[in-house]
Amino acid sequence: MSAPKHIRTPLARVLGRGAARSGTEHFWHQRLTAVANIPLTIAAVIILITLLGRNQAAVAQILGSPAVTIIMLLFIFSITIHMRIGMAVIIEDYVHDESSKLTLLMANTFFTFAVGLAAVYGILKLSFGL
Amino acid sequence: MAETRSLEARTPAERPLSPHLQIYRPMLTMMMSIAHRITGFALYFGTLLLAWWLIAAVSPNGYARFQWFAGSWIGRLILFGYTWALIHHMLGGIRHLIWDTGRGFGPSEREWLAAANLIGSIAITLILWIFVLLTMGGS
Ligand code: HEM
Repeated sequence: MSAPKHIRTPLARVLGRGAARSGTEHFWHQRLTAVANIPLTIAAVIILITLLGRNQAAVAQILGSPAVTIIMLLFIFSITIHMRIGMAVIIEDYVHDESSKLTLLMANTFFTFAVGLAAVYGILKLSFGL
Repeated sequence: MAETRSLEARTPAERPLSPHLQIYRPMLTMMMSIAHRITGFALYFGTLLLAWWLIAAVSPNGYARFQWFAGSWIGRLILFGYTWALIHHMLGGIRHLIWDTGRGFGPSEREWLAAANLIGSIAITLILWIFVLLTMGGS
């Protein structure tokens, strides 16, 4: 039980890369997406406000226009990565039982992919028609 | 090694361990830290609304259903809360990014940033909603 722990060099232990096994990558991506989220959120809120009170045809047309679609896609990608890491941090902070932690981390990944792809599907359908 | 073992074997002295949350007077900086986490958590589930909105926009029927929800009082309440959570979390995030550069840790700066976070988020949320309700003629 304790033997393998002792053969590990300090470097190997460092490469164990923490509770989420991802080293500083999560930390960095959380910051990267946080910075990206600022202009993207402001843009998304402005887009939303201009669409309020319009009928479906107008909303679909504006959301499906190239510039708006691209901004919304960037917004969706950035917040999805950001919120997946953020929720993983919350889970790691409060859930210490290893199997519950893994289950919740999996559920987190499933949820973020599902909701992210659903949003991408909606915007692409508006943009490409079909 | 032997030294450590004998130390461990001794009964630990009765001294206070880490401070407990309950013995702190609630402080603004502390509340804003918790608020950042709670708003992040709420925004996480709120993305369901974003996905719904985008998919609803595909068809007139779907959009009518979304608009009915968004116009109902419970829908309005959720959207109002979501606006505040988003703005609050964004300002709180900017505060975190300032800290990441090593700045803003002084006692007065911390207080100032926390207050700006709270007042700013409430002000911006109200301004946005008043603007929207006025331009939409209260519909
Ligand atoms: C709008 C711009 C945003 C900025 C600038 C921002 C910034 C940040 C930062 C810097 C953190 C890390 C806090 C820490 O180190 O403790 C964070 C955490 C988090 N964010 Fe965001 N964020 C934004 C938007 C969002 C959105 C839209 C969502 C969800 C859809 C979200 C969900 C989360 C979650 C769940 C956490 C984890 C909370 C925690 O660990 O306490 N954020 N955010």
